[in-house]
Amino acid sequence: MLMPAPEEGTLAKRGALVDALRAIVPGEGVIDDPAALRAFESDGLTAYRQPPMIAVLPSTVEQVSAVLALCHREGVKVVPRGAGTSLSGGALPLADGVLLGLGKFNRVLEIDYGNRAVVVQPGVTNLAVTGAVAAEGFYYAPDPSSQIACTIGGNVAENSGGVHCLKYGLTTNNILGLQMVLMDGTVLRLGGRHLDPGGYDLVGLMTGSEGLLGVITEVTVRILRRPESQRALLVGFPDSESAGDCVARIIGAGIIPAGMEMMDRYAIQAAEAFVEAGYPLDVEALLIIELDGPTVEVDYLVDRIGALCREAGAVSLRASENEAERERFWAGRKAAFPAVGRISPDYYCMDGTIPRHKLPVVLTRMAAMSQRYGLRVANVFHAGDGNLHPLILYDANQPGELERAEEFGAEILKLCVEVGGVLTGEHGVGVEKRDLMGEMFTEIDLNQQQRVKCAFDPEGRLNPGKVFPVLHRCAELGRVHVRKGETRFPDIPRF
Amino acid sequence: MTATFQPDSPEQVVEAVTWALSSGTPLSVAGRGSKAAFGRPVAAAQGLSLAGLTGITLYEPEELVMQAGPGTGLAEIEAALAEKGQELAFEPADLGPLLGGPAAAGSIGGAVACNLAGPRRVKAGAARDHLLGFAAVSGRGELFHSGGRVVKNVTGYDLCKLLAGSFGTLGVMTTLTFKVLPRAEKTRTLLAYGLEAEAATALLCAAAGSPHEVSGLAHLPAAVAARSAVGRVADAGRPVTAIRIEGPGASVEYRLRALAALAGATAAETEELHSHNSRTLWREIRDVGLFGALGDRVVWRLSVAPTAGPATAAAVLAQLPGEAFLDWSGGLVWLALDGGDDAGAAVVRAALPGSGGHATLVRAPEAVRGRVPVFQPLAPALAALSARVKASFDPEGLLNPGRMYEGI
Repeated sequence: MLMPAPEEGTLAKRGALVDALRAIVPGEGVIDDPAALRAFESDGLTAYRQPPMIAVLPSTVEQVSAVLALCHREGVKVVPRGAGTSLSGGALPLADGVLLGLGKFNRVLEIDYGNRAVVVQPGVTNLAVTGAVAAEGFYYAPDPSSQIACTIGGNVAENSGGVHCLKYGLTTNNILGLQMVLMDGTVLRLGGRHLDPGGYDLVGLMTGSEGLLGVITEVTVRILRRPESQRALLVGFPDSESAGDCVARIIGAGIIPAGMEMMDRYAIQAAEAFVEAGYPLDVEALLIIELDGPTVEVDYLVDRIGALCREAGAVSLRASENEAERERFWAGRKAAFPAVGRISPDYYCMDGTIPRHKLPVVLTRMAAMSQRYGLRVANVFHAGDGNLHPLILYDANQPGELERAEEFGAEILKLCVEVGGVLTGEHGVGVEKRDLMGEMFTEIDLNQQQRVKCAFDPEGRLNPGKVFPVLHRCAELGRVHVRKGETRFPDIPRF
Repeated sequence: MTATFQPDSPEQVVEAVTWALSSGTPLSVAGRGSKAAFGRPVAAAQGLSLAGLTGITLYEPEELVMQAGPGTGLAEIEAALAEKGQELAFEPADLGPLLGGPAAAGSIGGAVACNLAGPRRVKAGAARDHLLGFAAVSGRGELFHSGGRVVKNVTGYDLCKLLAGSFGTLGVMTTLTFKVLPRAEKTRTLLAYGLEAEAATALLCAAAGSPHEVSGLAHLPAAVAARSAVGRVADAGRPVTAIRIEGPGASVEYRLRALAALAGATAAETEELHSHNSRTLWREIRDVGLFGALGDRVVWRLSVAPTAGPATAAAVLAQLPGEAFLDWSGGLVWLALDGGDDAGAAVVRAALPGSGGHATLVRAPEAVRGRVPVFQPLAPALAALSARVKASFDPEGLLNPGRMYEGI
């Protein structure tokens, strides 16, 4: 993966930059010791490593603004970082870049139960938001699997999902307002505690922008009251087609469960061996379907879904009868990644989304690829919304295996796009999928996206090398190529 | 305006914008034109109507997805969805009559461009939350795509959010792909009588913060309620607070009882509406149909923190003659005012709470919309950024120039 070449001029003034940054962020907030900088060299996508030139850990928005303004003035690249749990290399540092860590922004600023709004700093973990309001019976709905570690700032940057977003939406559907800082140091406040913006929906645009448009310094999220009860169904199928058909039947019957997860045989076996969740081992596909709401509704839907599952050819079916059992059903799914990690030296987690009915063809072709690449693959799947997480098993100590795993992964993502899906459902493009963007977008599409980037960061200093395979200069992108007065009046129906 | 293009293919839209670019002619862009009186007047010599880009091109109920041309009537879309027991969960308002036009004349493109939503906004979101993908022609005359047909998608910037609510100022949409959802099995509405706005909002916020997944939270003062076609609302002779519950039958009955207990602690009396009357009432609220004959009155739409809604409305009505009602648990304030020269803009915007919010002048004569900021004025840095975002799509300012803000 080729990153923008380090600029000699920037590296040459490293010492002066460290001094200037220390004038903004005193004490231990500026890190320039090479050994200490290694702590930041990668995020959750550990295949890529690069220590930053300098790391800075500000603790106030004024400091963030001053750091960005300094870097803007000096033409220095900046990579923002939350908890560093990105699975796509979104927080991968640059050799000539300043890494801007938001870890010290870790306070819950205000809880407003009347408006169901919580104002938090971006370094607060996803789970800590729920923790802050749990005593009053509330929670924050988006629940990415890294929720114990990942931060709200990173969730906004990546538009994180989770297993319950089928019913409750992604990050973008659950935030009300932001404070952010542009690359030139301008501090902006977007949204608030009200719904919908007054002008362009810049909160919506910022969400999922992968740290390329601005640095988030405050987030207002919307919280929900905990449902009165939750139950899960554990349903085994003889093949993935009937499991997929079952999902279609449930949604076709007008039911949107809180979550609907699928695991393939390989993932089931690995998870069961790891946590003994009680999964059936003689099935090809397993569905975990969660319902939440009043007991009377949950019980009713458990019965209805049970009937639909049997119609779809389920060979085993269990409904949780208590909270411990429900948690046990989930334990295997939640441990699926480490479970696979236990049986293989390394694994590479993919994240494409497909139209759900394409699942059988995608699984069949993936199995053929697995044969061809000589690498095993286990599948976990957010079945309700078509978000597929194939885990490719490899051994980085075997020469060439990482490269083969990456090629295999790229081919899977291309397949997702080919069947009408997308490259990434929730992990982001980052550096990982950057060079595949052309599979999904035309040059015109990508240029338009980069022009939006230019509106926020015309020098391209904020998180460069991520998302876009080719970086154009904003001046070049801004040119209008149509010649004035040389297009004839079009022959289009008029009235 | 001299003429209006009505292209019947995306290629013709490209041709029209390319000509506009070449000749320096700004375009007034519209879906079917049902909300032409919403927003600032556009100074454009040439119109571009999308009424020819119609038709549902894809509908897969089990995948919860539909794709249609921007000029496709909302009525046609809603009928197709109803056939499969589905709906547009964001419940787009039909603003036609409020704006002085016919009912049921809006298009899906218009609903998205205005980021419409209805009472279910509190639970299901607005148009922005349901647009999955689109194709559009930028002010450079280039056809570009964003998003896809799946809900889980973080590939590239989420331009769907930006296009939703951009009033045609960023791109001319040629195809829209959006999420559709099952229609609830059963609908009931709990009515609580006699609460003043502050107490009503406290009840609505308590209901919103309950586990009962309410999908409508409105408060009508007595005079507004009196205009409802639903007897139990019109004949109350008191303020009416309404809470909608949707879902499977047994669940709705259970939640209705729980919410009635909550309301019973504050309201003198409660009542319930069944499906038909519920539908009528929430449509009246959604379409701002309870202000009666408006005559010269202007109508404002304020989005604020829900708990700030009653005080915001009261502050305006203490200074200007008019009426108000509340939706979105108090967070959406509709005001009908005798506003005077500035349509009440100074009073309305000064009344917005310190916690933020925005006021939009939805209904007013064209001359007033030309001189009063229709959309909430932006702080300077945000206005500058918005202008740069506009220029990134439409550098020559050809698409609905000035529809939202002067220069944008």
